[in-house]
Amino acid sequence: MSSDSSYYVPESSKLPIFMAFGLLLFVLGAGSTINDLGKESSNSYLLLITAFAVIWGVMFVWFSKVINENNKGMYSDQLNQSFVWGMAWFIFSEVMFFFAFFLALGYVRMFSVPWLGGEGEKAITNILWPAFEATWPVMVTPDNENFPGAEHNMNMPGITKLHTWLPFWNTLCLVTSSGTIALAEAALKKGKRAAFKSWMVVTISLGFIFVFLQGLEYYEAYAHMGLTLGAGIYGTTFFLLTGFHGFHVCLGAIILTIMTIRGFGGAFSEHDHFGLAAGSWYWHFVDVVWILLVLVVYVF
Amino acid sequence: MSAVIEGHHDDHHHGPAKGITRWLYTTNHKDIGSLYLWFSFIMLFIGGAMAMVIRAELFEPGSQIVSPEFYNQMVTNHGLIMVFGVIMPAFVGLANWLIPMQIGAPDMALPRLNNLSFWILPAAFGVLLATFFMEGGAPNFGWTFYAPLSTEYAPPTVTYFIFAVHIMGASSIMGSINVITTILNMRAPGMTLMKMPLFVWSWLITAYLLIAVMPVLAGAVTMMLMDIHFGTSFFKAGGGGDPVLFQHIFWFFGHPEVYIMILPAFGIVSHIIETFSRKPIFGYDSMVYAIASIALLSFVVWAHHMFTVGMPIAGELFFMYSTMLIAIPTGVKVFNWLSTMFKGSLTFETPMLFAIAFVALFTIGGLSGLMLAIAPADFQYHDTYFVVAHFHYVLVPGALFSIIAAVYYWLPKWTGYMYDEFMGKTHFWLSFVSVNLTFFPMHFVGLAGMPRRIPDYAMQFADYNMIVSVGAFLFGLSQLLFLYVVLKAIFYGKKATGQVWEGAQGLEWTLESPPAYHTFETPPNLETGEAKS
Repeated sequence: MSSDSSYYVPESSKLPIFMAFGLLLFVLGAGSTINDLGKESSNSYLLLITAFAVIWGVMFVWFSKVINENNKGMYSDQLNQSFVWGMAWFIFSEVMFFFAFFLALGYVRMFSVPWLGGEGEKAITNILWPAFEATWPVMVTPDNENFPGAEHNMNMPGITKLHTWLPFWNTLCLVTSSGTIALAEAALKKGKRAAFKSWMVVTISLGFIFVFLQGLEYYEAYAHMGLTLGAGIYGTTFFLLTGFHGFHVCLGAIILTIMTIRGFGGAFSEHDHFGLAAGSWYWHFVDVVWILLVLVVYVF
Repeated sequence: MSAVIEGHHDDHHHGPAKGITRWLYTTNHKDIGSLYLWFSFIMLFIGGAMAMVIRAELFEPGSQIVSPEFYNQMVTNHGLIMVFGVIMPAFVGLANWLIPMQIGAPDMALPRLNNLSFWILPAAFGVLLATFFMEGGAPNFGWTFYAPLSTEYAPPTVTYFIFAVHIMGASSIMGSINVITTILNMRAPGMTLMKMPLFVWSWLITAYLLIAVMPVLAGAVTMMLMDIHFGTSFFKAGGGGDPVLFQHIFWFFGHPEVYIMILPAFGIVSHIIETFSRKPIFGYDSMVYAIASIALLSFVVWAHHMFTVGMPIAGELFFMYSTMLIAIPTGVKVFNWLSTMFKGSLTFETPMLFAIAFVALFTIGGLSGLMLAIAPADFQYHDTYFVVAHFHYVLVPGALFSIIAAVYYWLPKWTGYMYDEFMGKTHFWLSFVSVNLTFFPMHFVGLAGMPRRIPDYAMQFADYNMIVSVGAFLFGLSQLLFLYVVLKAIFYGKKATGQVWEGAQGLEWTLESPPAYHTFETPPNLETGEAKS
């Protein structure tokens, strides 16, 4: 790390073209696997597995290379600043991805479901299903035979029964873990490596508990509540919003696990730990999304 | 006028590698810029060939050459390829070539990511084109892929289309992160934001728009995937969803997207007009604010694409007025271009001709857009050829002309060789005449009620459609001439000077032509040299 060295531009790299090849396999593999769903004797999933192997393999080599280059002191302060901007704008793109799903939920709740129920000046949209009554959550769908609504929803059961409600524990896990990772970072900056490692272990444990509880909630939904992907718009928005969030928690937890393993291996210094910092921002991001999500999916 | 400054070429860096691996493994912004530009040139001819099929079918009324199913595939893929495979990659290619040289940076901020962004595109478009040979044929639901056409009634290849769009979006997002990071972090000392060349400004804002809306498109296609294969009901009214929701999400992406395809053009045209007027751009600050205003407004106008879908009257009014507001910053830009030319020492080399044609014809497209923005009038125009005329005026003599102008303007810098001015002008006049012959009569048939996306039409539209088709064939052939001019310059062109154009200002003109493989490895000193755009 020296501030006066010039900006490092690699002469050439084989990594990107292999990654692009992995993504090509992914498109072909995912497309054919999904199109072949339900067909027997289809082995297109092998292509998808190969794609993931290539993608994850290239990522491993790519990140290792970047870490090595950094350790050799090839990166100037200016280049490190590029990583900071890059990660910040990447998180912004993730925010906008969730925005699309929040937008869908907002539109459905504020406009299209009430319209289906006949609300609105001179609205004629309820002539399709005159019996449909607009409520949220939509427990009886307009075409309830083809889209059988859920028997129970996931809404907050009231303050007194809060402890029986999984999302409460999930929120507790995730908010706490956002605090513990801040403590881990603070410990690292002060050079207290033992505390840093402990807080990291606590953080990823909380992350995986969250994922486990989310899995439990999905199991409950499918097994006992009739709440499925096919249960009309409520099931649709519930699973897609919580599902994509859960997927991002998984990603974040994997990132932080790798950072923890690296931390145990002696990586990161008091002033040079961008990988950890970026993972931590990502973790705070999934936390913020969760809080918004609890409010609009579960509470209100 | 700045003197020609030698590129700071350090000895420890080598030139480009030899053979195909140079292009496969490259991390060099100039190489990647060339890859993007050639890719978009090839896609222009593929998408153009599809347009030729469309115009051949519409040459006469009645079913002529292709089946209606294939016609739908042509319309869809022509749109998708021209938007995502031609205009966008061409602008990214220009960004790659120019931004580091214009801000005095050694390369793009994240060079390996830069290569990945490019090589995703051949993969994505390879898959898209391969769907023509798959069961059910290629996507046939229009480039806007409205549900339920793209969900319940889509061919099975829609799944490949969805994932191709996903990686295309990833490519755009990574490319944009690179552009923003480069501009924010890699400017030479002394180049403050308000001293940046306007092309750099236009791309900074474009990249912001891309990062903001490409993920929304990813969300839209994900919802499609779930509805098609996993039983959700985002766009199914029977389950409580709404097909109109798709249109809202799509156009929340789509309207900023159409500005993504025009903002870099504003930057290009500003540079060319100031060079050939031999005057600095009139109202630099207002140009920057105008681009920023257009970008911000683009987030709150999307539903003007769907006035006839059945919105509350308050929605119609809001989107009508917000759309009309866009005319103000756009008018500022046109005013500034004209004021730059006013009392300038004008010469009319090929880039300038294309730039002036851009100003005139883009304004026509802008004004027809203003007509379409009027909600009650749009009820008449909606889904007619008037709309086709409108967006082709902003995209062909708009965006595409600006790209062609940029190629003529910077080709001597990139290759070190001048193009043939006579052939360039011939290309311009052929393009200018044929583009108007193609798209102007569409206004008339559109106002008279000819619907878009239909392979047949009523007899009264026959004459105009024949004129349109002749214009389109001529325009298509003219672009072969463009290819010839570019190749001739590269192989037989006269040596260009570093300055190239007498009136050109900016850091890239201080370099040799062609510039060294690595430029500005030590940032230029803007305090002593000249830096103003």
